[in-house]
Amino acid sequence: MTIASTDNWLQVAAAAQATLSPEIVEALARARADEHPDSHLISILHLVQGRFGFLSADRLDAVAQLLGMPTAAVTGVATFYHFFRLLPLGKYRISVCLGTACYVKGASEIADRLRQELGVDFGETSGDGLFTLEGARCLGTCGLAPVVMVGDEVHAKMTPDQIPAMLESYRRKP
Amino acid sequence: MVSLTVDGQVVSVPAGWTILQTAEEFGIRIPRLCYHPDLSLAGSCRVCIVDVKDMGHYMPACATKVWPGMIVQTNSPEIRQARRDIVELLLDNHPKECQTCERDGNCELQNLAYTLGVRERLFEGKRKNLPADETGLSVIREPNKCILCGRCVRVCAEVQGVCNLSQQGRGFTTAVAPAHGAAMDKSVCIQCGQCINVCPTAAFIERDGTDDVWAALADPNKHVVIQTAPSIRAAIGEGFGCPPGTPATAKMIASLRRLGFEGVFDTNFAADLTIVEESHEFIERLTGKGGPLPLLTSCSPGWISFLEKFYPSLIPNASSCRSPMSMMSALLKTYYARKIGRDAKDIYVVAVMPCVAKKFEARRPEHYLDGRPLTDAVLTTREAIWMIRSYGIDYWGLPDLEFWNLPSDVFDSPMGTSTGAADIFGTTGGVMEATLRTAVEKVTGKTGQQIEFTEVRAVEGLREVTVHMNGTDLRIAVANGLANARTVLDKVVAGTETYHAIEVMACPGGCIGGGGQPYPPRGTKVLDPGLLARRASALYAIDKDKEFRRSHENPDIKALYADMLGAPGSHAAHELLHTTYAPRLPRGILLRGDQ
Repeated sequence: MTIASTDNWLQVAAAAQATLSPEIVEALARARADEHPDSHLISILHLVQGRFGFLSADRLDAVAQLLGMPTAAVTGVATFYHFFRLLPLGKYRISVCLGTACYVKGASEIADRLRQELGVDFGETSGDGLFTLEGARCLGTCGLAPVVMVGDEVHAKMTPDQIPAMLESYRRKP
Repeated sequence: MVSLTVDGQVVSVPAGWTILQTAEEFGIRIPRLCYHPDLSLAGSCRVCIVDVKDMGHYMPACATKVWPGMIVQTNSPEIRQARRDIVELLLDNHPKECQTCERDGNCELQNLAYTLGVRERLFEGKRKNLPADETGLSVIREPNKCILCGRCVRVCAEVQGVCNLSQQGRGFTTAVAPAHGAAMDKSVCIQCGQCINVCPTAAFIERDGTDDVWAALADPNKHVVIQTAPSIRAAIGEGFGCPPGTPATAKMIASLRRLGFEGVFDTNFAADLTIVEESHEFIERLTGKGGPLPLLTSCSPGWISFLEKFYPSLIPNASSCRSPMSMMSALLKTYYARKIGRDAKDIYVVAVMPCVAKKFEARRPEHYLDGRPLTDAVLTTREAIWMIRSYGIDYWGLPDLEFWNLPSDVFDSPMGTSTGAADIFGTTGGVMEATLRTAVEKVTGKTGQQIEFTEVRAVEGLREVTVHMNGTDLRIAVANGLANARTVLDKVVAGTETYHAIEVMACPGGCIGGGGQPYPPRGTKVLDPGLLARRASALYAIDKDKEFRRSHENPDIKALYADMLGAPGSHAAHELLHTTYAPRLPRGILLRGDQ
């Protein structure tokens, strides 16, 4: 008698490969051939983040499947390191300097106002997908404190009340 | 051998031993929390610290091997203070809910805090506040009670080979959870509940089934019946202070009757029925008339989930027999309902199981009849003990001689008789042994054949044996603990070994070590082979005392086939007693090299 195949591995593997790029699939195959595939996990997560900007859940699943590692261990590593992002970046990254000079000049009030205006916390992206809020240690422009960077533009000597207008100017940009 | 000094006493132990092992050998129990002898070392809790001369700092006794001339001090005012501080710091990030917690009295953290002399809490600070996952049909996760000892992570990976749990996140918000912090039932969790058993606190706990059962018992329109699995009678006494291995069938039945159940049935009857159906299936497959070999047993719902998630290619090999619980429930709602003249929808079936995965199994759509579950509620052994205590029933102190004035202590009929073959279902190798007892007589056509097949009792976790049956050599594998099952299944998938039949039980030792069994009494530990052996011995003792020890000799089974089912493997039997399986997503991680 013939028995219908119940092994869904081919579909699982095809789905996993489809979420990743060919060079990452290749890197995974090389890692898989190593004696300790799991030792390649972090470098592969770097590749995925470099290529796609962040680590989406389906790509983490794909890495786990193709590396032969428990998914729980993969997401455990991805959530442990601050460098890894699990959510997409906004169009503009807002870095609030929290270094010593900016801090004494009121950076925390600036940060609070940004949180309030955007409705997000550090590391998160606003609902419209435009802004990702981040804290920075020192941007090296202490003379301009407090400093906020949006993308690669520096906003010097900020006050909380200037924040709404600053955000609005980016919202209007084409 | 290595000579060293422990607390001023010169001792000699084999090289490679740890300080903790050495101290234990000489009667010193160093307090511990994350350590478990059957799991890998974590060394994360630091409760077992000791002073080693000239080291400059305390060393974890569980993770430090002895060396020649080592001078160890396990006790001093400073060490005791340091241990107390460590436990106090754990407590201060732990909810103050002992009185309302399911593990009150059984909690290792609570015991440890008391033993070490924590009498006040000096380090009050911020406490974590993480969301609980209460959506699981079997396992509930309460991260605020978690102390991050990692025992659950290790049991899930090392004993069960499932690897569903890991620490997610970092620092203060770290939680042990499935990948992506997903809900347990949306993960590769197979609901075995071993995380509940090894947890020192109540960070994992079974979904409560008692509220529904109390409500059903109080409902005058419902005919509430209960069935008890083979392994319950071997463990339930522990909840009432009996030493492990005390058979407690009669007092269990009497207690359940006093709770208000109108029928107390024995899942063993359905275990006998499973054997009659499964050995029929086995012989069909052996003679080329059925599905593929090896035949995989299907009684353990954790194992079935594991099969569907991790080895979908072997689904056609699984026996199509429902588990004994679901067979029994199906019969209670059809055969029994007809006998007592009640509608199936008025009958409320409760099952006491050693298992938390049975709660999940009971809600699988395959086990529904006319839109209603065959098994309405599943209680673990722990929950049944709690209900009996909560009701104030105290038969355990009574000598058996005075039992005449108590409610009836024998199982109800029809379906009241069971054979010794059913009793041993509760321990590893039992299903295989019971199948062989019947198969050998069916194949040879002779009665009085071999009864005991002790070679299939896989007390060490995995056995591969050859059994001779009527001139044929049968290759048999028996595994308990799913990491052991992986060892065998990988060989089947790779085609490097052929077997005729494989018994798999998800939990170590089989059902007697199930995720719903009583927390180990003090002085024993979970996964303890000694504890499991004592529970198993109770089942073998019951088996030996039975009038019938082969499932097909059960007169009530013969009556059931004559009344209703016809013959084993008949259409009617298939409708009522068999089921189907399918691959499930998320698929488990493949640990084989053939991709």
